[in-house]
Amino acid sequence: MQNSFLARNPSTLIFLAALALFTIVVTLLSEGLGMGFVSTSFVKTLGKTLCLGLVAISMDLVWGYAGILSLGHFAFFGLGGYMIGMWLMYERTRDVVVSSLADAPIPASAQELNDAIATQIFGVVGSAEFPLIWAFSDSLVLQLALVVLVPGLLALAFGWLAFRSRVAGVYLSILTQAMTLALSLYLFQNDSGLRGNNGLSGLQNLPGLTDVPQALVSLWFLWGSALALGLGYVLAAWVVSGKFGSVLRGIRDDEARVRFLGYSVESYKLVLFTGTACMAGIAGALYYPQAGIINPAEIAPIASIYLAVWVAIGGRGRIYGAVIGAVFVSLLSSWFTGGRAPNIDLGFYTIQWVDWWLVVLGLSFVLVTLFAPKGIGGLFDLISSRIMPDRHGADLGPDDGALREREARE
Amino acid sequence: MNTLLEVSGVSVSFDGFRAINNLSFRIASAEMRAIIGPNGAGKTTFMDIVTGKTKPDEGRILWGEKSVSLLGLSEARIAREGVGRKFQKPTVFEDQTVQENLLMALKNKRGPFSVLLYRAKNDDLARVEAFAEEIGLADALMRKSGELSHGQKQWLEIGMLLAQEPRLLLVDEPAAGMTPAEREHTTNILVEAAKTRAVVVVEHDMEFVRRLDCKVTVLHEGSVLAEGSLDHVTANKDVVDVYLGR
Repeated sequence: MQNSFLARNPSTLIFLAALALFTIVVTLLSEGLGMGFVSTSFVKTLGKTLCLGLVAISMDLVWGYAGILSLGHFAFFGLGGYMIGMWLMYERTRDVVVSSLADAPIPASAQELNDAIATQIFGVVGSAEFPLIWAFSDSLVLQLALVVLVPGLLALAFGWLAFRSRVAGVYLSILTQAMTLALSLYLFQNDSGLRGNNGLSGLQNLPGLTDVPQALVSLWFLWGSALALGLGYVLAAWVVSGKFGSVLRGIRDDEARVRFLGYSVESYKLVLFTGTACMAGIAGALYYPQAGIINPAEIAPIASIYLAVWVAIGGRGRIYGAVIGAVFVSLLSSWFTGGRAPNIDLGFYTIQWVDWWLVVLGLSFVLVTLFAPKGIGGLFDLISSRIMPDRHGADLGPDDGALREREARE
Repeated sequence: MNTLLEVSGVSVSFDGFRAINNLSFRIASAEMRAIIGPNGAGKTTFMDIVTGKTKPDEGRILWGEKSVSLLGLSEARIAREGVGRKFQKPTVFEDQTVQENLLMALKNKRGPFSVLLYRAKNDDLARVEAFAEEIGLADALMRKSGELSHGQKQWLEIGMLLAQEPRLLLVDEPAAGMTPAEREHTTNILVEAAKTRAVVVVEHDMEFVRRLDCKVTVLHEGSVLAEGSLDHVTANKDVVDVYLGR
């Protein structure tokens, strides 16, 4: 315990080094600054993948460490994306409108300008007025604050209601699914104020920086995502390394016992749920500018289930496991569904991966859960036990109650 | 006698079955008490009620010098008030080391944010080591508690209970599965603890109760059947009928 944080968590250092190396290599190979081996769209894919890694960390904290199987964390991710999307869309539309009105003989009044922007943005849902929730959309600082506040407050309200009534286990999972479903259905409505099923688009264009090529913008976001992932990783590792982590794992393993030790389990769950929701919001705010578009389908219930699948395949209860799972599965998924995987011709039937990928994913989820509950992360245990064999504490005999190592030595 | 816990007229029923029936009980702030009774007498339910796990249908539970009612409080709040409980089956956090288990139990601030910023100081580690010494697990501090033997887990749980520094210890069958020497050690620890705090021991084993040498409360069908020294209650005809005679 007296050792420094990094000495106790060597995996953190290894992870940060790998992340830095990855970012540098991609930058050197990119079209924006380097040799051009990696296309801009692939840089964006990689940047998005890093954001998925960050949201997977938040999922691992709630599920892997505290045992709360939240199937709604993508709602927070999506909300973060919507919040930054509002500013991006407003500012960019304003730029366009201002430049088109600049040629008019009479300079437009503020009201006219506002109406023109509103018509431009909301014309598609048959409205020409800014809804109330766009009140702060002209301020980057406020919208950035909302990226954290909106998911955080939703999680706080939801968590307060659910945890206070001691909803746990599968019932909580169902409730979180209902939350994300309700939110996505609400946002699908045209009068939700966020352009219904059209969602927010054109988010890849940074206002005021239209002459900067996307090749460069994609790198900025890659760096930003890598930085956020690195910071999120260190924060998560720090949170779970101390007594807070002990209490979380205690809650996962025996909630009632933690209560009888005097810890208010409900407050811990609430703090964790809210904190990870904020983290997911930040990940979403970095993800959607790289995706370019966000719509309510992004926060459909299935998205949060995928998140759980990533974490399960990567390995619950270890932070790098979550990141590896998210990166590995989502990249593989985009390879299969992107039509790049060669179809397999069986003669009587052709396996088209676009259709069959989900079956493979579902099957591997079941197999991992049954046969390798530690997931991909479990492989690292094999490696580390090869390098540093730790055979202490094992029974010396075949029976229960046989001499243990310490006793045998005496 | 200054009363630490006073339970009066408490009743609770589960689906019509009266598990606790107009039970009254009081214990002083430095007293050892053994509770005996046949299976289904309501011993565990009594503990559940005091620790806040079960809400009684009627009755009062008053705590401490200020006679605070424990009724509306959550389990965690009651534990922070100073009620520690040891379960019959050892429940330690098997995935964590002995040290982590003890650190979690160690008396300190329990709020999420103070725990988040908490880092074990040498002082705390020394206290943990002292408790580990007392329960014979000093060499096992860094071992996962899941690797411990059943008896050692019992010890660890007793250590966690002591580390909480409660004012009232509720101990459910502490000697189950222990060797005679370990029983002796347990008795010593409990007797020592009872000098400064209240200790309630639920036990089946008469020999163990005799060694505790304390006042005994006999429960039967959810209420107190007899109370007094062990010799006194074992001479009681009702007690012999319902419990000892079987």
